[in-house]
Amino acid sequence: MADRLFSSAVWLSAALVAAALLWIVADLARLGLSHISLEFIFSAPENAGRSGGIGPILVSTLLIIGVTLAAALPLGLIVAVWLAEFTRRENRLGKQIRLALDVMAGIPSIVFGLFGNAFFSIYLGMGFSILSGGLTLAVMILPVFIRTCEIGLAAVDNSWRQGAQALGMTRTSAVWHILLPAAAPAITAGLILGIGRATAETAALIFTSGYVDRMPESLLDSGRALAVHIYDLSMNVTGGDPAAHGSALLLITLIIILNLLAQGFSDRWLHRRFAT
Amino acid sequence: MNQMTPNPDSSTYTSYTLGEITEAQPCCLPEPHLQVRDLSVSYGEHQVLGTVSLDIYKGCITALIGPSGCGKTSFLSSLNRLTDMMPTAKVQGAIHFDGEEILAAKTDTLSLRRRIGMIFQKPNPFPLSIRRNLYLPLKENGIRNRKQMAQRSEKVLREVGLWDEVKNRLDSPALALSGGQQQRLCIARALVLEPEVLLMDEPCSALDPIASAKVEELISSLAGRYTVVIVTHNLAQARRVANYAGFFWMVEKVGKLIEFGQCDRLFETPESELTAAFVSGVRG
Repeated sequence: MADRLFSSAVWLSAALVAAALLWIVADLARLGLSHISLEFIFSAPENAGRSGGIGPILVSTLLIIGVTLAAALPLGLIVAVWLAEFTRRENRLGKQIRLALDVMAGIPSIVFGLFGNAFFSIYLGMGFSILSGGLTLAVMILPVFIRTCEIGLAAVDNSWRQGAQALGMTRTSAVWHILLPAAAPAITAGLILGIGRATAETAALIFTSGYVDRMPESLLDSGRALAVHIYDLSMNVTGGDPAAHGSALLLITLIIILNLLAQGFSDRWLHRRFAT
Repeated sequence: MNQMTPNPDSSTYTSYTLGEITEAQPCCLPEPHLQVRDLSVSYGEHQVLGTVSLDIYKGCITALIGPSGCGKTSFLSSLNRLTDMMPTAKVQGAIHFDGEEILAAKTDTLSLRRRIGMIFQKPNPFPLSIRRNLYLPLKENGIRNRKQMAQRSEKVLREVGLWDEVKNRLDSPALALSGGQQQRLCIARALVLEPEVLLMDEPCSALDPIASAKVEELISSLAGRYTVVIVTHNLAQARRVANYAGFFWMVEKVGKLIEFGQCDRLFETPESELTAAFVSGVRG
């Protein structure tokens, strides 16, 4: 009896979570699908976004994510490798960095926005720009990304490290050829979490990349991200709801596409292991 | 298997321990390849191995026997400085290898480990293709010519008897091989660097009896061409493959070398009572 009760509870919880997600997607599709067309995707917004499209906003979003990944991916991997492979578990600096990262992972994004505004936009003189926004997001996703990669590396079978050492391989080459590919699934998981968080971010971007909805001409131009656009349409623009629904549907599609790309990237990397 | 079964009546005692010598100098020249003097190993405050001295002879198979936890593996990992990987390990004493001092701080451990290969208890092929498992150490060693890499890989795969089993699937994952095949691949991977010495830490203990017999046969065939040091818990195996044997035992919680000598002598007429009790199965 208790067993049946428990398993029904488990099934029910799972169903509830899945239903909530389905509801959101279904609702968005119902309200937004009619709004989506090639013209909506490629043309510039008009009348504060009530009509026209979201072309420049999509471009800005992709540029911001590009900057974020270009900064966070190499830096995050290097720090993770340092933490997992080049310092001992009980190393004091390592411990402090881990603690700092775990604290940073819990900081609300608006705080990162203010930090990015003060540091990148004002102190480094980047102004309201895609560069400033992308770097702020990089700082924001780094903690989770680093810790996920580090845990992935630490979980790699120690006998491979021993084997590599016994063959006179350098530590660098063991990391590059054996340990990182073996940790690829964890790295992908960290990447997907990071992309998801960055793509959905509003608060950290309002103060850094701004909300100019023109087509950006360089990384130093201000650019409005999709999530900021949705926020603006639904909060500040009366009659902006239909466009907001369409944009939200596209945002979800974009996140799914980016996740698939990250997955594909990781699979290729795993495959590299078997190539000569 | 049969040709390796010891025949106690035979007067040509050493022959069964040698295996087939296919090339190079005969086994059991009493020429020391590694000279270990007063070797002690501790982890933190805990000493695991105390003042061991012994000679490891060139081209011979030396078996190290004794119960678990008496420092045999620590002894083995001191020989290629793998103890460096363990932050708390402290190794004292001297190990001479070809006129060099292995334990000296200036010893280049990377090139040392290319000359002294190691096989572990659990087969540890890298999660790469079979081919890449062999190419990777070669590339690390500066050999990047594809033809040369292919030739050397084929040579060692033949040497370990794996060539016919894998020649058509060199690009499939090494981890898809069976345990015994994986261990033979690991031996091939060590041999591909053409080392002088091979250290083996219970290479058969994770394998089933048939795979174990194959690997054992392979180890016997290495005699004469490589200096082999093998830690084993299988006394019958030590007797079958080794020319020399060392018996380790715990004395006051520290691993000590109790007796060392020609393998059959150590088993037939042990000098120490401890050895006699251990090899006859009374203790240990």
